[in-house]
Amino acid sequence: MPATYEPIATTTLGSTTASVTFSSISGAYTDLVLVCGSLAYVTGDDDAFVRFNSDTGTNYSWTQLNGTGSTTTSNRGTSTSGIRSINGMSTTDKGTAIINIQNYANTTTYKTTVSRHSTSFAGAFVGVWRNTAAITSVTVINLGAGGFASNSTFTLYGVKAA
Amino acid sequence: MTPVYKLSANSVKNGRTVYGSMLAGNTAFIATSFESIATTTVDSYGSSSVTFSSIPATYSHLQVRAINRKTGGTWGQTRLTVNSDTGNNYANHMLYGDGSSAASGNNGFPINWISGGVETGTTQSASVFGSYVIDILDYANTNKYKTTRSLGGGDNNGSGYCWFSSGVWMNTNAITSITLTPENNNYAQYSHFALYGIKGAA
Repeated sequence: MPATYEPIATTTLGSTTASVTFSSISGAYTDLVLVCGSLAYVTGDDDAFVRFNSDTGTNYSWTQLNGTGSTTTSNRGTSTSGIRSINGMSTTDKGTAIINIQNYANTTTYKTTVSRHSTSFAGAFVGVWRNTAAITSVTVINLGAGGFASNSTFTLYGVKAA
Repeated sequence: MTPVYKLSANSVKNGRTVYGSMLAGNTAFIATSFESIATTTVDSYGSSSVTFSSIPATYSHLQVRAINRKTGGTWGQTRLTVNSDTGNNYANHMLYGDGSSAASGNNGFPINWISGGVETGTTQSASVFGSYVIDILDYANTNKYKTTRSLGGGDNNGSGYCWFSSGVWMNTNAITSITLTPENNNYAQYSHFALYGIKGAA
């Protein structure tokens, strides 16, 4: 029987990596929480997206709220190939993010994520994967140039309700 | 180390079992700081509200994790009240984005509920649920008003809200029950609400 809140897997990058995947996720939990730390890009200023079950189709969408220190903005992506979950990182601005993937194992609802991040911006995302399948793998990917820098960390937790 | 003996129903027949560990073959009990208190999943009849009652004071903080959808209407705010207090003893503020602009607001002051998070309705696509995480800090402390914060939202592939909110219950009583109510209509089937307790150091 799993604990209420426990780590499932952790990855610390030893070299530049374009994406990180947690696979073979059991359905034993209620929610998943993905914590990304000390993220930085090797080149440029791109965004990180999450995908589920290796689905690279345009079956995702997201809405963003951002504060830059002087202004607040909101934008969205429709029919995208992933849920935008972190932005504002660069080669010098490291970022952190906590991504909640709730009721990931049910087979009746689309899967919604809510996340917050701190980079050169402070903000949050909500996203949806338009699929009722249970999530068994989570991929974090940099869809721009370069990749995640060495020493970026990714930890996936499971949260188990009574 | 002195051996550990375990006697069981089979010991008379097979003799005692000797172990080198005090666990004597049992799984170790590991105390956790994040515990599940109660969970509710709405059935096909829907539900006008969800209440977690008889919440013990043994934790430092509470966390509600939920997905929710209404049986009608459109986007809305889940309303959180505590200890069955329906008076104008609450206040809240929110910061949100609708995909084109960001805004900040409140629902009036004082008011009789706290904004808990975003819920979807039947105007949104079937199977799209709002999602949120509410933290209720120092809920059992009897020396201060109770403060909440939440992160939530919903996305319908072309519309949606990303939502931060904070709230206060202007009462020093310990919180022993939490009620979540949709802005209108009822909670729809598969809406799921889970309450967790977070312990502090002993």
